[in-house]
Amino acid sequence: MAAVVLSEPEKLYIVHGVQEDLRVDGRGCEDYRCAEVETDVVSNTSGSARVKLGHTDILVGVKAEMGTPKLEKPDEGYLEFFVDCSANATPEFEGRGGEELGAEIASTLYRVFSSESSVDLKSLCINPREHCWVLYVDVLLLECGGNLFDAISIAVKAALFNTRIPKVRVLEDEEGSKEIELSDDPYDCIRLNVDDVPCIVTLSKIGYRHVVDATPQEEACSLAGLLISVTSKGTLTSMKKVGKGSLDPESIFEMMETGKRVGKSLHIALQKILDEEECLGTSRQKVGFLG
Amino acid sequence: MAAISMRLPVARKAVAPSSSRGGEKRLVAPGDTITTDTGYMRGHGTYVEEEKLVASVAGAVERVNKLVCVSALKSRYNGEVGDIVVGRITEVQQKRWKVETNSRLDSVLLLSSMNLPGGELRRRSAEDELAMRDYLQEGDLISAEVQSVFSDGAISLHTRSLKYGKLGQGVLVQVSPSFVKRQKTHFHDLPCGASVILGNNGFIWIYPTPEQKDEETGSFTTNLEPVPLSDREVISRLRNCIVALVNQKLMLFDTSILYCYEASLPHQIKDILKPEVMEEIVMETRQRLLDLEA
Repeated sequence: MAAVVLSEPEKLYIVHGVQEDLRVDGRGCEDYRCAEVETDVVSNTSGSARVKLGHTDILVGVKAEMGTPKLEKPDEGYLEFFVDCSANATPEFEGRGGEELGAEIASTLYRVFSSESSVDLKSLCINPREHCWVLYVDVLLLECGGNLFDAISIAVKAALFNTRIPKVRVLEDEEGSKEIELSDDPYDCIRLNVDDVPCIVTLSKIGYRHVVDATPQEEACSLAGLLISVTSKGTLTSMKKVGKGSLDPESIFEMMETGKRVGKSLHIALQKILDEEECLGTSRQKVGFLG
Repeated sequence: MAAISMRLPVARKAVAPSSSRGGEKRLVAPGDTITTDTGYMRGHGTYVEEEKLVASVAGAVERVNKLVCVSALKSRYNGEVGDIVVGRITEVQQKRWKVETNSRLDSVLLLSSMNLPGGELRRRSAEDELAMRDYLQEGDLISAEVQSVFSDGAISLHTRSLKYGKLGQGVLVQVSPSFVKRQKTHFHDLPCGASVILGNNGFIWIYPTPEQKDEETGSFTTNLEPVPLSDREVISRLRNCIVALVNQKLMLFDTSILYCYEASLPHQIKDILKPEVMEEIVMETRQRLLDLEA
């Protein structure tokens, strides 16, 4: 990840600030930066979302395609994640520089969504063992401003909320061969239930306390961190330790509690904004990229 | 208690041009024709195409007698002799340090341009060269003055006064160099309780006002004591005010920063970065500055 170089006194200033619950930009340890969420920004996808969290800019597109179900789960559809770290974000991502980070984020997303209850995969099945919907979730990193995982998970949830999968009917011929018929009405589609989709909360340990939504400067002062994914009900679905430092079992417990608390507020705030956007409907002024 | 605010994006409103001091600046975009009169000499930021003078950067047209040039609004820092800059050490080389100052090339700080502890005046020896890393390491922040500019545009810095040198605890804000107004002094001790260095290269350094003013050590010893909470609040508020001023495209100088600080007092520090609060604060600052001029 794009690392910022800081001098020792600067790091000390940040660490002491976190200790007193007053970060450099005036936030407390559990406050997020102001986020902007917009869905339906890419027209040729089934669902898309763009999230701006401080200087971090993420674009997610979801494409629904027909495919064959996996052998071990014949009556379910599945999700495929791909993360692209664009060279726009930082010169380090030029060429193949961003591949490692992209693979790490993609594997984390797979892990977060591996729980059976996060997305109702059975609703994505059309014909058991033959046809199912595959949702290709593509994440594009436009700008790196710290706290990538949280922003990506918020954008993925918003994009899945925005996804519209066309309704299909399976017709049986006399010979027994099945035909798939797409409904004529473009607005006739099924929506996914995203109530149980988890969001990732990254907690970075700085000094003796931990912070949520770290800026790149704060990430440079933190040696260890915890990545947890929380659902809207406060259930933890996965946990991962990041960083080269070590964590005390007591701090891990404290961080988990903070993560659950913050995660629940995050879901409430996100759902509120998604519902607000939904209510505006077609009267919403689309901002997109040239606003 | 976690505070998370999410919102829908709002299209940016065009910032109304401030009707201040006379002489409206003419803004051009790359490709715009400046003039078709062939009597002018072309300066930086322009080129000749089919007998027309065309702008190659986005900025304001400046004309001095027969010379026409376009000064870019957002560009890398172009050093001029006598400017104050805040830079970060990127490399330690033989007899010099490479400093990052947001310019096209890394700036250079020669060992001979640096003050020795105690203010000695002697030729730098081999021991001084070996001890360079003890003075300044990679990542350290310094304040310096531009001594000269090489022919390729690289800047040579010097810290030949006791007010320059290594910087201690504080906060760095990076903005575009065009936002920093050229003034007589760039070191300000604001009455609200913190000090600020407005580097011409766009690096703004906010730090707690040092207690003793007479013990000028040339910053060879850094104060590593924790900064009290009251000073921290002032520094965080100043930092957010500067970000707000830059976001609303207002020039940065001591008066504007101070007025913005005073306008932001009714709000909580973290609320200053919300778009509607930023607009309100900067509008009030703009009004006060206009009243000051009138």
